[in-house]
Amino acid sequence: MLQDTDRIYKNLYGLHSWRLKAARARGAWDGTKEMIARGHEAIIDEVKASGLRGRGGAGFPTGLKWSFMPKADSRPSYLAVNADESEPGTCKDRDIMRHDPHLLIEGALLAGFAMRAHVSYIYIRGEFIAEREILQAAIDEAYDAKLIGQDNVNGWDFELYLHHGAGAYICGEETALLESLEGKKGQPRLKPPFPANVGLYGAPTTVNNVETISSVPDILRRGATWYASLGRPNNTGTKLYCISGHVNTPCTVEEEMGVPLRELIDHYGGGVRGGWDNLLAVIPGGSSVPCIPASECLDLPMDFDSLKAVNTGLGTGGVIVMDKSTDIIRAIARLSYFYKHESCGQCTPCREGTGWMWRVLERMAKGQAEKAEIDMLLNVSHQVEGHTICALGDAAAWPVQGLIRHFRHVIEERIDAQAAKPISPSVPVAAE
Amino acid sequence: MSVRRLAAEQPEGFAFTPANLEWAKAQIKQYPEGRQASAVLSLLWRAQEQMGGWIPEPALRTVADMLGMAYIRVYEIVTFYTMFNLAPVGRYYVQVCGTTPCMLRGAEDIKDACRKHIGEKDHVTEDGLFSWTEVECLGACVNAPMAQINKYYYEDLTPENFESILKRLRAGEDVEPGPQNGRQTSAPLGGPMTLTDPAIYAGDSSAAEPGCAGTAIMDDKAKRPGAAANVREAGVPKPPLDKGRKPKAP
Repeated sequence: MLQDTDRIYKNLYGLHSWRLKAARARGAWDGTKEMIARGHEAIIDEVKASGLRGRGGAGFPTGLKWSFMPKADSRPSYLAVNADESEPGTCKDRDIMRHDPHLLIEGALLAGFAMRAHVSYIYIRGEFIAEREILQAAIDEAYDAKLIGQDNVNGWDFELYLHHGAGAYICGEETALLESLEGKKGQPRLKPPFPANVGLYGAPTTVNNVETISSVPDILRRGATWYASLGRPNNTGTKLYCISGHVNTPCTVEEEMGVPLRELIDHYGGGVRGGWDNLLAVIPGGSSVPCIPASECLDLPMDFDSLKAVNTGLGTGGVIVMDKSTDIIRAIARLSYFYKHESCGQCTPCREGTGWMWRVLERMAKGQAEKAEIDMLLNVSHQVEGHTICALGDAAAWPVQGLIRHFRHVIEERIDAQAAKPISPSVPVAAE
Repeated sequence: MSVRRLAAEQPEGFAFTPANLEWAKAQIKQYPEGRQASAVLSLLWRAQEQMGGWIPEPALRTVADMLGMAYIRVYEIVTFYTMFNLAPVGRYYVQVCGTTPCMLRGAEDIKDACRKHIGEKDHVTEDGLFSWTEVECLGACVNAPMAQINKYYYEDLTPENFESILKRLRAGEDVEPGPQNGRQTSAPLGGPMTLTDPAIYAGDSSAAEPGCAGTAIMDDKAKRPGAAANVREAGVPKPPLDKGRKPKAP
């Protein structure tokens, strides 16, 4: 179990002040100038050595991502910080921004320096209004103290702006985020070219998650060896886990990567409502990853590689727990509605497929379906997956696939129960 | 995707107040020369606040003209981003999160409470005080179920404490945002299980800031949701007044 001294987010619950003075007392902005004096490459190498992987869901190695930025280019470089946290089950970045904003600001400066960016935009989701006010006040504090800005004490000119979104899940996709930053609809771009070559305003850009960026200062301060000593090989460091759903005490907590899922649920979450035996299923990494049944949850380490091995993913670390009172078909159908609502409409498989999958699942939740439709639904989900510009299509398909993989019998039983009723109102509904 | 249309009835015209105009010009300066379109979301937000929660069609033209954008581009944006309301909303605009993590913990009951106390979804009450809608994940899943009322999050709702919030707002009272069951933000109910080692706070004797639970931090006094939104966001943060303030239990 992680020691308090090894935690990065010391004010996770807001028991202390988020202001500059208190943040400094907790260690933020300590030795930033010396870290910058080490040079661009040294910082990238240190982050590479720490094994930090992106905390936004994909788990791409952060140091490697930074190294893709051009070293000499006539165009300016940009850092875009992805604070468009909207993945159902995830509320970690919110706590960083409202309780420890200076870690994010310092991280943005260091990351910006490493990739030779003098300007950075933090793209915060529209609903986070209180969080935006706190973060803006913290940015103003940093400007006033000359920690960032032109001719600042840290020796790297750096402008940091907060950009406010307006309620679009898709803008958490990196190229959609850039489109939105440019003042357009948030519709993802085709890759390649990747943002490191052609990003914001056609200039080299790197997009990183809030948690990734805000863990950088501590990694540099305490050394890559310290960070790499936490967690498991290839899955190092600490992670913020959000435990929601049917647990006794839902909460957000910072733990070591690879912490057993049961420890998260039983220790921090206060156990499943009605005891462990009442557990039905867990969505371990935010709504986009497939659910896993209780039988696979026991000793499961919560990290990128271990979860991939059981056909799901760590995603954002949003653990959604469902006990046996859950109507699992309806729970997944609600997620399908979410993806239908949030599809940007650019690619046909996603625009049409998300709505189609939702409507079929709604019927299945009532048992008003044919058993053959289960395989048809699986087939359609595979036609959406991998056939869209961005990963929203995949994210919409995976929960459905997880449902069918583990809970096909529930769907079949419900269809049987409905069919056994005297008058079956099973009327197929055509796709709109 | 969702189908969104402009309201049938529109005001004659729209102009930013001088203070908002000045603010808008400062926003445009955040972006490189020739990239002023980037400020479109900020300007639309401010227009929406000035109008008391919705964007009329003349405001689209005003914003487009200020940024040198074609009207259709701004129209595209207000219909794409779902936080822009295209028709008037209540003075207290209640957005109930209905996505799975909230649904698992009783968002349906919160929606029922809305139907009971406010009425149909997306309809403003006759007194103009309330309207409600269901939204997708608001990102406070460990505090589910929750709802956003104007600017702030009200968390850990039950039908009882939610009805109490609505009644108090109707009576013109201030209701403190944040968890409604007395818990500390996203910590487990009963108190944090981590970050309990006093050694890590050796140099930090600060207490919680008011606002960590989601209250307004820019003003001396937390504003009621709905109170003149366009005078919010003074650039200079003021010192906190009451450091020991904790979220009140209902």
